[in-house]
Amino acid sequence: MRANDGDDDRARRQLSPEETRRRVDASLRRRYRSEQLFRLYGLGSVCLGVVFLLVLFGTIIGSGYSAFRQGFVRLDVHFDADLIDPDGGRDLDVLSAADYSLLVKAALRELVPEVASRAEKRELNGLVSSGAVFELRDTVMADAQILGQTRSLWLPLSGDVDLWIKARSAGKSGEDMGGKLSANQRAWLERLQADDRIELRFNRTFFTSGDSREPELAGIWGATKGSFFMLLVTLLLSFPLGVAAAIYLEEFARRSWWVDIVEVNINNLAAVPSIVFGLLGLAVFINFFGLPRSAPLVGGLVLTLMTLPVVIIASRAAIKAVPPSVREAALGIGASQMQMVFHHVLPLALPGMLTGAIIGMARALGESAPLLMIGMVAFIVDVPGGPMSPSTALPVQIYLWADSPERAFVARTSAAIMVLLAFLLVMNASAVWLRSRFERRW
Amino acid sequence: MRLPTLLLILAAIVLAAFFLGRQRALSLARPAGGVRSLHSLPKYYGYYASLGAVVPGIALLLMWAAFSDSLITSRVVASLPEALRNQPEAQLSLTLNDIRNLAAGQMQDESRSAEFAVAADLYNSLRDSSRKVLAGLVIALSFSGFALAWLQLRPQFRARNRVEAVVRFMLVLASLLAIVTTIGILLSVSFEALRFFRQVPVGEFLFGLSWSPQTAIRADQVGSSGAFGAVPLFVGTLLISGIALLVAVPIGLMIAIYLSEYARPRLRRIVKPVLEVLAGIPTVVYGYFAALTVAPIIRLAGQQLGLEVASEAALGAGLVMGIMIIPFVSSLSDDAINAVPQAMRDGSFALGATRSETIKRVVLPAALPGIVGGVLLAASRAIGETMIVVMAAGLSANLSFNPLESVTTVTVQIVTLLVGDQEFDSPKTLAAFALGLMLFIVTLILNVIALQVVRRYREQYE
Amino acid sequence: MLIMDKAQDVVAPPADTVPAAAVPADAQRLASDTVGDVTAKDAVICVRGGNVFYGDTHALINVSLDIGRNEVIALIGPSGCGKSTFLRCLNRMNDTIESARVKGDFRLDGQDMYARDTDVVMLRARVGMVFQKPNPFPKSIYENVAYGARIHGLAANRAELDDIVYGSLERAGLVDEVKDRLDDPGTGLSGGQQQRLCIARTIAVNPEVILMDEPCSALDPIATARIEDLIDELSEKYAIAIVTHSMQQAARVSNRTAYFHLGRIIEVGPTDKIFTNPAHKLTEDYVTGRFG
Repeated sequence: MRANDGDDDRARRQLSPEETRRRVDASLRRRYRSEQLFRLYGLGSVCLGVVFLLVLFGTIIGSGYSAFRQGFVRLDVHFDADLIDPDGGRDLDVLSAADYSLLVKAALRELVPEVASRAEKRELNGLVSSGAVFELRDTVMADAQILGQTRSLWLPLSGDVDLWIKARSAGKSGEDMGGKLSANQRAWLERLQADDRIELRFNRTFFTSGDSREPELAGIWGATKGSFFMLLVTLLLSFPLGVAAAIYLEEFARRSWWVDIVEVNINNLAAVPSIVFGLLGLAVFINFFGLPRSAPLVGGLVLTLMTLPVVIIASRAAIKAVPPSVREAALGIGASQMQMVFHHVLPLALPGMLTGAIIGMARALGESAPLLMIGMVAFIVDVPGGPMSPSTALPVQIYLWADSPERAFVARTSAAIMVLLAFLLVMNASAVWLRSRFERRW
Repeated sequence: MRLPTLLLILAAIVLAAFFLGRQRALSLARPAGGVRSLHSLPKYYGYYASLGAVVPGIALLLMWAAFSDSLITSRVVASLPEALRNQPEAQLSLTLNDIRNLAAGQMQDESRSAEFAVAADLYNSLRDSSRKVLAGLVIALSFSGFALAWLQLRPQFRARNRVEAVVRFMLVLASLLAIVTTIGILLSVSFEALRFFRQVPVGEFLFGLSWSPQTAIRADQVGSSGAFGAVPLFVGTLLISGIALLVAVPIGLMIAIYLSEYARPRLRRIVKPVLEVLAGIPTVVYGYFAALTVAPIIRLAGQQLGLEVASEAALGAGLVMGIMIIPFVSSLSDDAINAVPQAMRDGSFALGATRSETIKRVVLPAALPGIVGGVLLAASRAIGETMIVVMAAGLSANLSFNPLESVTTVTVQIVTLLVGDQEFDSPKTLAAFALGLMLFIVTLILNVIALQVVRRYREQYE
Repeated sequence: MLIMDKAQDVVAPPADTVPAAAVPADAQRLASDTVGDVTAKDAVICVRGGNVFYGDTHALINVSLDIGRNEVIALIGPSGCGKSTFLRCLNRMNDTIESARVKGDFRLDGQDMYARDTDVVMLRARVGMVFQKPNPFPKSIYENVAYGARIHGLAANRAELDDIVYGSLERAGLVDEVKDRLDDPGTGLSGGQQQRLCIARTIAVNPEVILMDEPCSALDPIATARIEDLIDELSEKYAIAIVTHSMQQAARVSNRTAYFHLGRIIEVGPTDKIFTNPAHKLTEDYVTGRFG
């Protein structure tokens, strides 16, 4: 810059208004084009975000909805007393130990009498799920009078057959889905279909049973209960602790380096990777305190530590939103600080705190990485009875099924995801409702 | 006595203590001129008595929970025959595990020697007696605590102040939990990591180029030592996180810009919650999506282009992780952009700048610290993300920067090393904690820097 | 037009656009509720029947006013009377407010400001604005002044840009204070310097009119005096409209004064007449300090 130039020189070089206008005009075309482009980038990004969401949901729903229905076959089962209870004692132990698969086999043979070789028999028996025997057993155990009679029963088909039938009913050839079925099996199934003996019915098993190696017998009830116990522990611990910490930090603590450290800590903990909490749980709760692996209690403890920062941050915001005038009014009539907090501030801040807690719970419900560390990834068939019995959690169940090689688990994984998302939707919606219902502007 | 029963009894004592304490206060007050002569409301005397009953009992319970197991274990170890007791640490912990399982009746392995059965019996009997002693002590402590509190009650006794002091103390304890958690993470993870570094030198872990933690069970097997050079994991983590940030930062930032600078309020009201849904989806769902949908698409596209694409290519996991953190980036950028005062924009518009010129030359530079803080937080998130990479990234530690190859990450290795049957004290298991320590330190540094930057930025415009 | 399409949604093209030639004849009728002469000799800005609505609020009611070349016109009145709103109409800054609607005839050099084919960018390059609170960009002093020239492409090379920046700082009376630290952030200057920087930034684009919205309200008396001197110097080259709360300031810097009251212009006239001999009762009450 030539700072020493004379004023005249400077004035001469200053643009005339006309020249300025000409130059601005010359720049306009380029600028408007880049404006439009920039705006398009923005709009495109927004669309991209929405499209991602739609594709995600579309994929999940598209591959998962079929799991809510299950293929059944109607068999005329003859409850042969000689096979089940040869002694005729109707002893419950005998009844429960009997081999009910014989009944299924017999019923199938009746429908497809031409089967001769052992291989063909195996193919035929493979059509029906291995879980069918449990249903027959339960039927007999419930009412032994049925022995000797013949009943027409709907029994679940095996996973591969189920896939083939769903593919056919969706109008596809079934070739690609039924790759595992032999030509014989397809022929028999087509015949059964022609006889109206095959039907897609609501898949109750999916909602009522625990995990299983057989896709058609696997359900989410065990995982759901495990998640429920875990969230229960988390809620019972993190809500009171988080609220207490928030009250102390907002109402009692004086500004000091100490409080600063606590604050930095809380903010940092909210951003620590969840898997690190899993390591903490493994080292402290399981190895040091000797708590059992795979227990919802331990999962709940780990998730408590994870959600605590969320609850504290939300609770502090809720307390901050209570105007100072309320505090002054309470203190002014002689309440102690503790009474002021518990009688006046806390009730007013409670809805906001609850909203924060629900959002924290929703996050805890979707969390799976730390649970892998503490053994909740085990294959557990039984539905857990309490917070100490081994169990898994809904998102971990999804992870387990996603890893299974059986194709029939693909649909079930997606269906389990739909259930999980439904839970999350309900929780978040209730948080939103709570906020709008009790939101107060001071 | 089982724990729930004990807790029930304790609760009953506490409840009784409340009523007795209140009653005591009232009866003390009657001769002195009624309730008004008391220093505090009668219920505070009740609270005080209950606190006297509950605090010592609970304290003892917690101590028991913390130390009983290790005490019992050491007694059991001491009782073991010489040969078993002098095993190396790793073997010993396996032995103890077996004894515990035997004691819990989970293992009916007849092949175990009689020594195990004896030890298991001892373990059970010690546990039994420790439980009995505990129950007795807790109840006794509760009663004596209550008695002490009860004896202190006078009309002029400052019950409310005492109770409030205790409550306040509990509030302090609750607020300390965050620090305790951080210290707990640091201690537990670094303790195990130190044990790992005793077996594998730090230098080899940090700078080694080969990672194959599968140590052999028998010493004479090939490759029995295992290799613990973590560089391939760091590179893999950086590669996948880098891809994720390349996806998320431009898209997230442009979304934030569009929504806060261009979109009408109505569009904003609709789109914002929709994008928040994206943030609320569990990561396991993203992982499933990556493995089921995105990976095959990438492989197919690669084949069309004649490229060699691994079935668990880093690109797939990175893309999906990017989608996951889009809402994160966009909401933090949104905060930063909204914090820029309207006066800045007005100044620019008044000079004749177009909207995009104003954004690019005024708003974004002004919001840059806030945006950088958000990106750092997003990076920390991407590095620590687990489920997506566990489900969609590979297991083999390839040292590669090629996004079409399969790489593995720190979190994937932690999960593989710790899921399933573990033998404690083997370097394989301990390596997971060393990786966890690295992860914690790196994310801690990122978070602290990011939070500081964001905080300073907010203060600038407040 | 691409950029301000949002503005077009809210600013309906004036339905009752009056042909340019007809304006003077209609002037008296349109300004019938204003006392004094709203017209100016050699007017650069010409407003007839201007109305502004913010949602349901009628913020500016049927105002008419000319601004002449080389004159300083002061807009005074109690707060909330619409003087800032009027000012913001003159370079379409109201476009950035979602709920604002502008109606009426606003002309710059005879050209309708709100016509479809009028370019906002060009309009604002010709009508600059200085705000109440100094709002330098978070950039260096140099970049602050160079900003307008850069976006409009006024300088062909670095030397020309240097000239523009240096000349503007000089005309804003800031050059001696900052010439050694042009790379320091503009936000590091004092309040008065910041405001002069904003003025330098505005004149770097070479506007014809400068709008000033209470430019001294955030400044101390000494800084205010410097800005007032600067306004005096600038009035040789630019038309200046200044909104002010201070009647003394209006008296010191302006040739003409318009008194606003509840969204209307009550009285317009030479500054000394307004302050010494106002024609309207409301004006008299205001200038004598009965309210305000």
